[in-house]
This record gives sequence, structure tokens and C-alpha cells, in this order.
Amino acid sequence: MSVTVRIPTILRTYTGGQAEVAAEGANLGEVIADLEKNHTGIAARVLDDQGKLRRFVNVYVNDDDVRFEQGLETATPDGAGVSIIPAVAGG
Amino acid sequence: MAAQTVASTTESTVDLGPAAALSCRECGHRVPLGPVFACEECFGPLEIAYDFSAYDTEELRKRIEAGPANIWRYAPLLPVPADVATKPNINPGWTQLVKADNLARELGVDAGKLFIKDDSGNPTHSFKDRVVAQALEAARAFGFTTLSCSSTGNLAGAVGAAAARAGFRSCVFIPHDLEQGKVVMAAIYGGELVGIEGNYDDVNRFCSELIGDPAGEGWGFVNVNLRPYYAEGSKTLAYEICEQLGWQLPDQLVVPIASGSQLTKIDKGLQELIKLGLVEDKPYKIFGAQAEGCSPVSVAFKAGHDVVRPQKPNTIAKSLAIGNPADGPYVLDIARRTGGAVEDVTDEQVVDAIKVLARTEGIFAETAGGVTVGVTRKLIENGVLDPTKTTVVLNTGDGLKTLDAVAGTGLTATIRPNLDSFREAGLA
Repeated sequence: MSVTVRIPTILRTYTGGQAEVAAEGANLGEVIADLEKNHTGIAARVLDDQGKLRRFVNVYVNDDDVRFEQGLETATPDGAGVSIIPAVAGG
Repeated sequence: MAAQTVASTTESTVDLGPAAALSCRECGHRVPLGPVFACEECFGPLEIAYDFSAYDTEELRKRIEAGPANIWRYAPLLPVPADVATKPNINPGWTQLVKADNLARELGVDAGKLFIKDDSGNPTHSFKDRVVAQALEAARAFGFTTLSCSSTGNLAGAVGAAAARAGFRSCVFIPHDLEQGKVVMAAIYGGELVGIEGNYDDVNRFCSELIGDPAGEGWGFVNVNLRPYYAEGSKTLAYEICEQLGWQLPDQLVVPIASGSQLTKIDKGLQELIKLGLVEDKPYKIFGAQAEGCSPVSVAFKAGHDVVRPQKPNTIAKSLAIGNPADGPYVLDIARRTGGAVEDVTDEQVVDAIKVLARTEGIFAETAGGVTVGVTRKLIENGVLDPTKTTVVLNTGDGLKTLDAVAGTGLTATIRPNLDSFREAGLA
């Protein structure tokens, strides 16, 4: 499955400044693994030492917060948009 | 003007008083002062690190007491330039700390021990003026000319007013279904006000994406890329409460929780006063208050969790309706560290508490004030909050903003204009 991933400003050093990149994967975990293949170092910024999403990272597949879905197991259908966003905003 | 470009070009010239750097609350990674909000190492929140080393306690106390009757009296403790009081800003703060003996009687608290910190007295009638005033100074320092935010309503008004005063453009984003009073109070200042089809968390997500897009370049989002500076404004609540108590720490504080930022910064402010020697070091407890219909932090506290599971909000307390609170984990830490708690009340209890506060103290609170008063009552009834200790309850906004919550409150009677009618109505 091919998806588009929106990259937050603080991770664009890993994508050569690109705000959006393409990635492959049937679920979010696979998409992040594919991102890592092409943009080395990015997975360690998004995932903690146990391989879980860091607590201050929000990830959306299309409009759905993956914490309300299946986390890293959340399906990423072909053409989906994935957004990685710092969670410390708002209030 | 990209945010990161601004950060790299202003680090050596920006004058934000005692603010020395930004430091990650999670991993301690430090970066120069700039319009950035999340740690590049771990995504943790960046906050201001200060250099207070030059201060003499008594000189500082005198300087504060001689300062203006607004938050700028605490300028030596804030990320603002020393001449901040001379700049066009909304100058909030120094709101009343009301000794609430009538409410104390109603709730079973000892006389002289219960206080309401009534922040409805700010220029746009909520505590948000404190944080926006800070963010405005940061925006000025970093060369922004547009102020923006995601808002549950109160912040939209505060940003609109501050932008108008300072001659900035404002463009703010709110959930499309906010209370009409808040919409009017935000729109009246003439900035752009945009309703988003979704809840606050959707609005917040949109703003976080906009900030990384060319369309958002040059914008100062007070609670996104200026959040480290903005959040510091809530420290002034702690400073004022202690100064108004005669430079004493309260024993207990009851604080509303939306993102949790206010509660964490009140704790930071109290800790700073202790370290600076401006108050005697003694234990205090901080209690967090939520509405049951949006209670992710309360649920996590009661379950013993140290992370917060997001909720879909459904409550009349819309100013607290943040289902994914950014500072939730820190609220849990602080409540547990200080021996406090996090509790929630139903919408019905919120409305009842609004009426009780109005009836007993003449303070008309918005729904967030109903939440804190309602939670205070619940905590006393449950034996969690000590009614013999000095307790400060926050009212963070004006009831005129949330009239719908108390709809149905109205005339006692309608009579003809004569004395017989007056007596017949039982009013004599």
C-alpha cells in the first residue's frame, strides 16, 4: 500500500526538508519501517526504546488518531494520508 | 519567514529578560530561544530555562511590590524584556483574590480559609489574557506580525484583543459549534475567526499542520510555536495568589484542567517562589478539576496510570473540552507528588456549582469555574480536601461567556405595577 506521510518541521532534517514523502506499508508500523529505510534515523524519533509510539507524538491515518484505532497496527489503505504531529500543542 | 529560520537568526539578539534557553521537559535537551515548541530529540515539550542567579530576595520582593498592578510586576520572573510595561499589550492580571466566607459556610470550610482567585476580571474576562500577553511579547521578539491559535473560545478573544492593541493581524481557529457568547467576544476585535468542522482536538491538529506549511509561515501560533512562552503566563496566577496571601503559599489549590498547562505552570511558579526565598517552603497540594464528559486526566489519576488515554469530549464545559491534553502526564505527576488529586463532576453539578458561587459570593463563573467549585465540594464531601486548610479555588472565566449553561435562570415573578400585585406574588 502506498501512502503519503506528512512530516513535521522538526523531522524534516531526515527528509531533506521535504514536508511530504511517500511510503509503503499495510499498517502504520510497516509505514514507519519503510520510512526508516529511506530516511535513516527517523524511526527512533517517532518510536521509543520499546518500539512504541513516543508519548508526545500524535499520528493520524487520514483523520483518525491512531490511539483511538489500533496504534501501530492501524491499517494504512492505499492512498491514505499519514500525519505525524508533535502532541504538545494547544491548551 | 519560516519558523526555523527565525529561530536560527534571532538566538543571539532576542531580548526576553531572564529567559536563557529552551529546555526539553522530558530529556533536558537545550536549544536557543526561538519559536519552537517540541524537542527535536524526543518530541517532548520545550519550556523556558531562566537565569535568576543575580536576584537578591528582598530587592526582588520590593521591585515586585513597586511594580504595576498587572502581571508585569513579575517581569523579572518572566520571558519578557525589562521594559515590557511600556509596550502596547493588554496588561492583564492582579485580579481579585476573594475571601469566600459565604461559600465556605455552604461547603463546610472553616471561616477565612477559602478563597476564589477570580480571573474573570481580566481584559477579555478569562485567564487567557495572561498567557496571550506573554505570547505577544515573544511574537514581537521573533518578528511575527500575525497572531493565531487553536481555541475553545476564551483564547480566541484574548488573541483578538491583544492583536488589536498591538497592531498585529489575527487569524484564529475554533470549533464551529462554540457558545455564541464566545464567538461574538472573539469576533468583535476585528480579526479573522474561522470555525473548523470538528472538536478542539481537530482544530489543534489542523493548526499543528498549518504551522509546518508555507501557508502558516510568519505566523505566531500562541499555543503552538509560541507555547513555551505563552504557557509561562500561568505562573503569574501562582505569584499573585502568594503575594495576595501576604507572600504565603496556600495549603491547597483547585485548578481546572484542559490541556493541563495552567496547572503545571502554577506548580512551576510556586516552586520558583520557594527557590527564590519569596515564600516559606512548606507542603502544598494541587487538585485538578475536570468535567466528567471530558475527564481523561481524572480517569488516568483514579486508575493509577501515568499516561492519559484521549477521550472524545462531551460536556457543557467547552473551555475544558480537550480530549487529548498535552500536559496530562505532568498533571498526574504533580497531583501525586504534592498529595493532591484529580476529580471530575457531571454537567449537572457544574451548573449547580455556578449557581452556588453566584448566590454566595456574587461571582458569576463560566462553566470552568463551575467545574472547580463543583470539584471542591466533591473533594470535601469525600474527605480528600481538608476544610481546615487555606484553599484557593480558581475561577478562570466570566459566566457571561457561557449563558447557555444556566439558561432557564430568570424572573422570579412578573407582576402588574402596583403594591397589591407585589404582595400577591409573595414578595413583601
